[in-house]
Amino acid sequence: MKQEITVALVGNPNSGKTSLFNALTGLNQKVSNFPGTTVDKKTGYTRLNADTRAQIIDLPGTYSLYPKSADELVTYEILRNKAETDFPDLVLFIADASNLKRNLLLLTQVADLGVPVILALNMTDIAERRGVFYDVQLLSDALQVPVVPINARQRKGIAEIKAHLLNEQNYSKHTYYSLSGVNEQLLNEVCEITDKRNTYAALQYAINASVLLNTKARQIRTCFEKYAFDTRGFQEKEILARYHIIDEAVRKSRREKANSKLKSITAQADKILTHRIWGIAIFLGLLFLVFQAIFSWSTYPMDWVEKGFLVSSQWVEDTLPAGVLNDLLVHGILAGLSGVMVFLPQIIILFAFIAILEDVGYMARVGFIMDRIMRPFGMNGKSVVPLISGMACAVPSIMASRSIENKKERLITILVIPLMSCSARLPVYTLLIAMLVPEEAEWGPFNLHGIVMMLMYLVGFGAALFSAFLFKQFIKSETKNYFMMELPGYKLPLAGNILITLFDKGKAFVWGAGKIIVAVSVILWALASFGPRDDMRAVEAKYLQMSMDAGSGKTAEELATMKDAEKLEVSYAGVFGKWIEPVIKPLGFDWKIGIALITSLAAREVFVGTMSTIYSVGGDIEDLNNIRAKMGSEFDNQTGKPKYSLATVWSLMIFYAFALQCMSTISVVQTETRSWKWASIQFVYMTALAYLSSLAVFHLFS
Amino acid sequence: MKLSELQFGQTAVVSEVLGEDLSLKLFEMGLLPGEEVALENIAPFGDPIAIRVGEYKMCLRLQDAENIEIKLN
Repeated sequence: MKQEITVALVGNPNSGKTSLFNALTGLNQKVSNFPGTTVDKKTGYTRLNADTRAQIIDLPGTYSLYPKSADELVTYEILRNKAETDFPDLVLFIADASNLKRNLLLLTQVADLGVPVILALNMTDIAERRGVFYDVQLLSDALQVPVVPINARQRKGIAEIKAHLLNEQNYSKHTYYSLSGVNEQLLNEVCEITDKRNTYAALQYAINASVLLNTKARQIRTCFEKYAFDTRGFQEKEILARYHIIDEAVRKSRREKANSKLKSITAQADKILTHRIWGIAIFLGLLFLVFQAIFSWSTYPMDWVEKGFLVSSQWVEDTLPAGVLNDLLVHGILAGLSGVMVFLPQIIILFAFIAILEDVGYMARVGFIMDRIMRPFGMNGKSVVPLISGMACAVPSIMASRSIENKKERLITILVIPLMSCSARLPVYTLLIAMLVPEEAEWGPFNLHGIVMMLMYLVGFGAALFSAFLFKQFIKSETKNYFMMELPGYKLPLAGNILITLFDKGKAFVWGAGKIIVAVSVILWALASFGPRDDMRAVEAKYLQMSMDAGSGKTAEELATMKDAEKLEVSYAGVFGKWIEPVIKPLGFDWKIGIALITSLAAREVFVGTMSTIYSVGGDIEDLNNIRAKMGSEFDNQTGKPKYSLATVWSLMIFYAFALQCMSTISVVQTETRSWKWASIQFVYMTALAYLSSLAVFHLFS
Repeated sequence: MKLSELQFGQTAVVSEVLGEDLSLKLFEMGLLPGEEVALENIAPFGDPIAIRVGEYKMCLRLQDAENIEIKLN
């Protein structure tokens, strides 16, 4: 036996695949992308004995090898191509014993591709509670496949699986479905075109290629037309024939105990959780709880992260010799890292909620409850979770939209997610709302500050729905859209599964969004630190002079912050800010805001830091009151009115609500849609929406 | 009778699935002629519906349920 074997873990959604993967590999797993796709590839290692280890690849759950979504396509792509580096030596097929027939359909298809298969029979406990028992030996004889009963969530049967993986002689090579009804000449031709010897694999590839993949599609279609081959009819016949074979095997090995048709917990729970009134009330209640968690519980860990970065930047600034390198480290790299890490608590908390509700089985119900509402907007029930996640960060949320089968519905969901108010907008809103209403102001029993904040979230959500409706009219759909989903039985959440999901999501955010935020932060640092040489020199000279004049009455520290502000004004960022001023003037913005708009491209919250530099608020940049006071006390030279009038502040808030000022989002949309086209359309659309809305709001209030 | 007309408490057997794209997906999910179905839940806004198919529970939209012919038991 080889020292390392590759095992693909395959099964239906909700069959316990993730639990088995975690049980086999523990934390010894890593996530990468399948080549040429954006779909997560989870691989891990498990030791079988002293000499042999197995590389386990977790393939996305699917019902058949005729893929319907981007996720499912990956499973098919890995299993179809023997030349693929990830092509497994063996498929470990996991099936839900409480729903065996449907689960086995995929097993027979996988086996017919010529890959050896072992069957892990999961959830036998649930089946037994319903009075259904399987005789493992009879099932194994009937299917001609080794069968191992397991309980993935309780980690039972793992040692037996490993023993089977080592036993190479025992791998099944049995095939199930015969193509005897299909024209032989057609099969020969298909084998030739697809360059495959296994006729079933060849025909299946040809069918998928004719609708999904681009390569050879035309050639295959011509061939199908020549023999008047009805692919749909064939697929239907194939599936029904497979069920027929499965029925036999199941009947032989299945024993039912006297009627134990107790009302299941799931049925009882769904009566309430999908109830006309209670169902919606509980959903809204959970949503409220999630917001509560994001906004109030997360403030403590966020404070720690911020303090930690303040202390470490201070340390670096004081320890390293002053100069460009010091500046780059503190104001470029550390500032960027801090901007990423500070949002990690909110993102972890939100995804913890989602992971728990997903593991329990509730998230499928959210889709079920909300589907009707999402439909007029060109989305479906499965769009709800990505949209809610969008309130933490658009990057992992856009990745989460992969489960949506229909391309159009998925695309619309991706396009509107960035309109949901993400956590990076929160500090911007907090600063701006404080300029509109005093923090203590009350309106009846409510805090006015909180009401305006909620209004901004609703504005974002409303814009997302409106835009979805708009996109729905313009995006063509190639396939019919349907919404079909298993509603799995409720289970107690497993801490291990949730922690591993959180780790993955956290990593996706820190790496996916983080690397771009840090890179842009460094570029923006350069733009803000350097400028046309003569101007920068003039500022340096002026402050050198002032520091020598004892009579200025200012401390060295005050002079330093004033110098920073003036340097920013003459830097390249300042030059850009002034350059775009004519464009943003109609919105009520001046060049100072222009600078902040540009620096916000790293991440929106950079607005606050930039404003504090421009208004030379030294020291703790988090001292919002200081910035607010400085901004509020600025007056327009021409009109004599406050610069930050009601109109300007509202206009600015609307601009931040709608504009796509996030390079990480642009990048993730490009990789997910595999085209710059949609990333550009989204950027242009959101910029136009922001500009026009701000213009309208500015004129409304002034 | 159509699946969309099934009432709570009734069980029926699927006799035919119309519509090509739909039938394939439904077959793969185990909803095929001969399977027993029962209505389990209706979403708060009246659509989609959750049904028991064989041994598990799935949901689908009414517009798709209209394409599924059933016979009451």
